[in-house]
Amino acid sequence: MSLSTLLVLADGRLPAGAHAHSGGVEAAVAAGRVHDLATLRSFLVGRTATAGEVAAAFAAATCRALTGPQLQDALGGSPDRRGDEPGGPRAFAGVDSDRVRELDDGIDARTASPALRAASRAQGRALLRAAARIWPTTPSTTAGKQPHHPVAVGIAAAAAGLRPREAALVAVYGGITGSASAAVRLLGLDPYAVHALVAELAPECDRLAARAADRADLPVDDLPAGSAILLDIGAEQHATWEVRLFAS
Amino acid sequence: MRAEARVVAEADGRGGTRLSTVYGEPPLLPRRTGHRHAGHAEVHLVGGAAGPLGGDELRIHVEVGPDAHLVVRTVAASLAQPSHPPRHSTLTITATVHGTLAWLPEPTVAVTGCDHTTRSIVDLCDGAELLWREELIAGRHDEPSGDLRAATTVRCGGRTILRHDLAIGPSADAGPATVGGARAVGTLLVVGPHAPTRPTATSTGATMPLANAPAALISATASDAAGLRRALDGDTVNTWAADPSAKPGNCRKN
Repeated sequence: MSLSTLLVLADGRLPAGAHAHSGGVEAAVAAGRVHDLATLRSFLVGRTATAGEVAAAFAAATCRALTGPQLQDALGGSPDRRGDEPGGPRAFAGVDSDRVRELDDGIDARTASPALRAASRAQGRALLRAAARIWPTTPSTTAGKQPHHPVAVGIAAAAAGLRPREAALVAVYGGITGSASAAVRLLGLDPYAVHALVAELAPECDRLAARAADRADLPVDDLPAGSAILLDIGAEQHATWEVRLFAS
Repeated sequence: MRAEARVVAEADGRGGTRLSTVYGEPPLLPRRTGHRHAGHAEVHLVGGAAGPLGGDELRIHVEVGPDAHLVVRTVAASLAQPSHPPRHSTLTITATVHGTLAWLPEPTVAVTGCDHTTRSIVDLCDGAELLWREELIAGRHDEPSGDLRAATTVRCGGRTILRHDLAIGPSADAGPATVGGARAVGTLLVVGPHAPTRPTATSTGATMPLANAPAALISATASDAAGLRRALDGDTVNTWAADPSAKPGNCRKN
């Protein structure tokens, strides 16, 4: 695993359209639920514990399905077999494309809100398109051209030569930074203080990513399914607005 | 305490539904209720003991045969209560539905200190219809909530169409992304031709058509149980199996 490759995929400036989504912050701000640093912190913690954990789990499981069990190594343990060609093109070992479709279905089952499903697929499509240009070996899967975003993260991570834990990290961290930077723009909060919140959540990202990698082979129904009712409700309200800054 | 209840409903061949099995052990006592002339069979679960209490392992299995129509209710809210020393309690509900099932229990209240999980696994055959209501209340009046989780899996023709975990209490998040400090949270799942096909939302509730089935999930938060029930039932429009003679305790207007 190449650390630089992880940074490339996790970078908010990756041209995959992430900046167009607020992760539910725009709706929460409009509803008055998020209005200052303290309520933003609460929002980020709750979102990470629900939608964030689900995204981490599905990104890790997708990456595992595409890279195969033979490439997994103990967390931070044995030498990485892929370390000799960091960030370069990959051949896919045990492509289990049907599992990828099942995982994509699993996110449908965990996303009651039609608006959130559409936003997730729009981001998945954009990320997959970017990944196909950046890492030409990006595999096509049975999840099609517009998979849910966490599945697309898993596919891109596999193509980039990353492992399930890194895929999970990209998914959960991206959710936090996306929401945090949207809050800065919407509420004019102190960007240093907001990024201090992001830094405070870093250990939780690590914990969720390690857990996601540990459970990457579980049956889809047994993967995390934490529900955030107000994210669903907010997304449905947001989708009816005529004027908005963010797509979701 | 370990206890089990089983209810099996079958079509009686004359347009009605008969109950071929109504079995229960305290505290899960199913009793046939409702009108004989109604097209459906109705069962109320009567609490034969307090609970669920810490350490309880309770199981309910429901089967609804082809063309049968079963409505299941409870006579009162369930109070999930702690034990000393503290132990986890579980209620596992499994249902296999060919015909129509309306699972419309009263809410589960998380008494301070409880640690309870209700796990529901519903298997719908093609063409089956379902109403499935889950309501979680954070403590009795003015008390801090215990830990209460509802983990739900609903499959339609073998494909999972809904998978969600709701949680309230000190171990769960109650912030502005999840429940916003609401004391009552819940969902009503509608599967079948009655399911709403257009999404709608208010500031505390939404009706959301699901991705892979003729189904919709209605989710809501409220400050109390009555408000939650109004949001989920939509003044009974959503619970088409609502019994017009239901007692006022069911929070209905009619």
